[in-house]
Amino acid sequence: MEENLKTCGVISSDEFKNCKGWPSEERFSKGPVAILECIEEIPCNPCECSCPKGAIYVGHPITNLPTLDESKCVGCKSCIASCPGLAIFVEDHTFSDKEALVSFPFEFIPYPKKGEKVSAVNRKSEVVCPAVVHDIYCTKSNDATMIVTLRVDKEYVHQVRSCKMLGD
Amino acid sequence: MRVIAHPILGNINQDNEVTVYVDGKEMRGIEGEPIAAMLAANKIYTHRLTKKRHEPRGIFCAIGRCTDCVMIVDGIPNVRTCVTPLKEGMVIETQHGVGHWGGEKSV
Amino acid sequence: MFEVDLLIVGAGPAGLCAALEAGQEGLSVLLVDENAKPGGQLFKQIHKFFGSEMHKAGTRGFRIGENLVREIAECPNITLWLNSVVFSAIDQNHFEVVHNCSVQVINTKKVIVATGAIEKGLVFPGWTLPGVMGAGALQTMININRVRPGNKLLMVGSGNVGLIVSYQFLQAGGESVILVEAANRIGGYGVHASKIRRYGTNIITGCSVESVSGNGKVESAILAKVDDKFQTIKGTQWEEKVDIVAIAAGLYPLMELLRQLGCEFTMCPPLGGWVPVHDERMETSLNGIFIAGDVSGAEEASTAMEEGRLAAWSVTYDLAKCTKNKYESVRIDITKRLEALRSGPYGIARKNAKDSIYAIAKNFSKLR
Repeated sequence: MEENLKTCGVISSDEFKNCKGWPSEERFSKGPVAILECIEEIPCNPCECSCPKGAIYVGHPITNLPTLDESKCVGCKSCIASCPGLAIFVEDHTFSDKEALVSFPFEFIPYPKKGEKVSAVNRKSEVVCPAVVHDIYCTKSNDATMIVTLRVDKEYVHQVRSCKMLGD
Repeated sequence: MRVIAHPILGNINQDNEVTVYVDGKEMRGIEGEPIAAMLAANKIYTHRLTKKRHEPRGIFCAIGRCTDCVMIVDGIPNVRTCVTPLKEGMVIETQHGVGHWGGEKSV
Repeated sequence: MFEVDLLIVGAGPAGLCAALEAGQEGLSVLLVDENAKPGGQLFKQIHKFFGSEMHKAGTRGFRIGENLVREIAECPNITLWLNSVVFSAIDQNHFEVVHNCSVQVINTKKVIVATGAIEKGLVFPGWTLPGVMGAGALQTMININRVRPGNKLLMVGSGNVGLIVSYQFLQAGGESVILVEAANRIGGYGVHASKIRRYGTNIITGCSVESVSGNGKVESAILAKVDDKFQTIKGTQWEEKVDIVAIAAGLYPLMELLRQLGCEFTMCPPLGGWVPVHDERMETSLNGIFIAGDVSGAEEASTAMEEGRLAAWSVTYDLAKCTKNKYESVRIDITKRLEALRSGPYGIARKNAKDSIYAIAKNFSKLR
């Protein structure tokens, strides 16, 4: 059976083609930018309202897939915790020659600490590379959803979507 | 096992501990929590045994609808342990069969 | 005798929202719930809700509950009776309630029944063993009671409830989750599935639980692949060591009171089974008896809240406590929001089911 969002919970490369929230490689090369991994028509729009730059558009009907205006997005991460599906990530490919940053929502304790070495995992929870916690924070409006930023080898950045839970 | 710390809900308040008796054994619980929660925290999962086949039954719906979790509490049978708050000194017993209020013998 | 304009049975999301709208419009409201705390199942919903940002989407369910309960306490027109059971309907205006260890008779002009729904079981050898429970029961245990009744979970069913509770089991410190779904596709939102997959949950479609065994408590489960008619494929069985089995097989409306009243029902599988016939205004086949939330068809807390508001406005208008213009404009707003919540590939079956029920109700409104 083909592995995709509806058979195993992991978006396939085919399904990503319909995603309206995936920035161009050119945009990735310019600095931090959001990725909206939302490919199902669910009635939901908090991401649209969370963006201070108006870079996310859902509009009417509310089941529209969110569209990213990559020219407006500054990669500020405000949208990450707004998504009830935890499907928004921010990547920064310009961090250094070899390393990139990837930010994701994280709702498990214990929380990783800044500077800590952790294992970066992909969408299937497989460890893809070692990583260093570059930043971790939570604002009041995030309501307990931590925003974790990992520093990873650039080669793996598109795969990394979280870190291994520390309780493991 | 108690979920003491939680990423969304924070820590639980365990200040108001009470002592209760389960089938004669002294146990600790938190005042006001459902009896079923105290039992699960003490790793007790069988609340009653069925009348005919003596099969164990425990929590099924946890919101007071299904009556699978009933026990004898302070002498009263068929008490829904998932919605009955725990009090100091409560005497809780495994229920065998359908329960009785005294007079007739339990099955 | 306790006299009110409106009796609301059930203080879950639908009942709370109904009470607030009616109370704020000046109706005297008695809100009765059999539990010690109001909120129904809202307080175990610790995830952020989907929906429209304008209507609290992106907010965690229990926070919505906290706000509603606070507003109810501040509204002088609402009387809230907890630990109280509406056990008898004498007629459409008189109800008996056990309250403070005595029976009270309520004389009410209108009624909104918002009694919610209950989880369906799934029968297999061992399903009665302690440790096998409803997915919602597990959610209550970990999020409300703050006790985790095991470490290794087998979740049966991949609807949103199964997916969300699996995630919350991990948040509560659970060690591992295996999720099986008999169909060949995950039933709930893909994003919920992605969430648990990212943290190690093994999601197996085309698979079901054949039996569960253990000495006094669940110790292991036999799983098997199933064909497209949900029949076991021979030779595919294998054993998994688990200590909790949670069943996420859907919900059905809790409608004892409506049965007692003599409301008409219709069979409607997309909404959980037998559902009370009701019109777009949430009125049943009986004059003055309204319903809202999961009892009118199992959906979500977000739709329940909107239905509660809608029922309250129907009652307010019927009691001539607001103008027709006001009522029409509010009704149209709420109906639009409900339609939005029932749109898209996940909502369309529920929308069609509701429309078919409204069509049946047209015949009853003629008789009324």
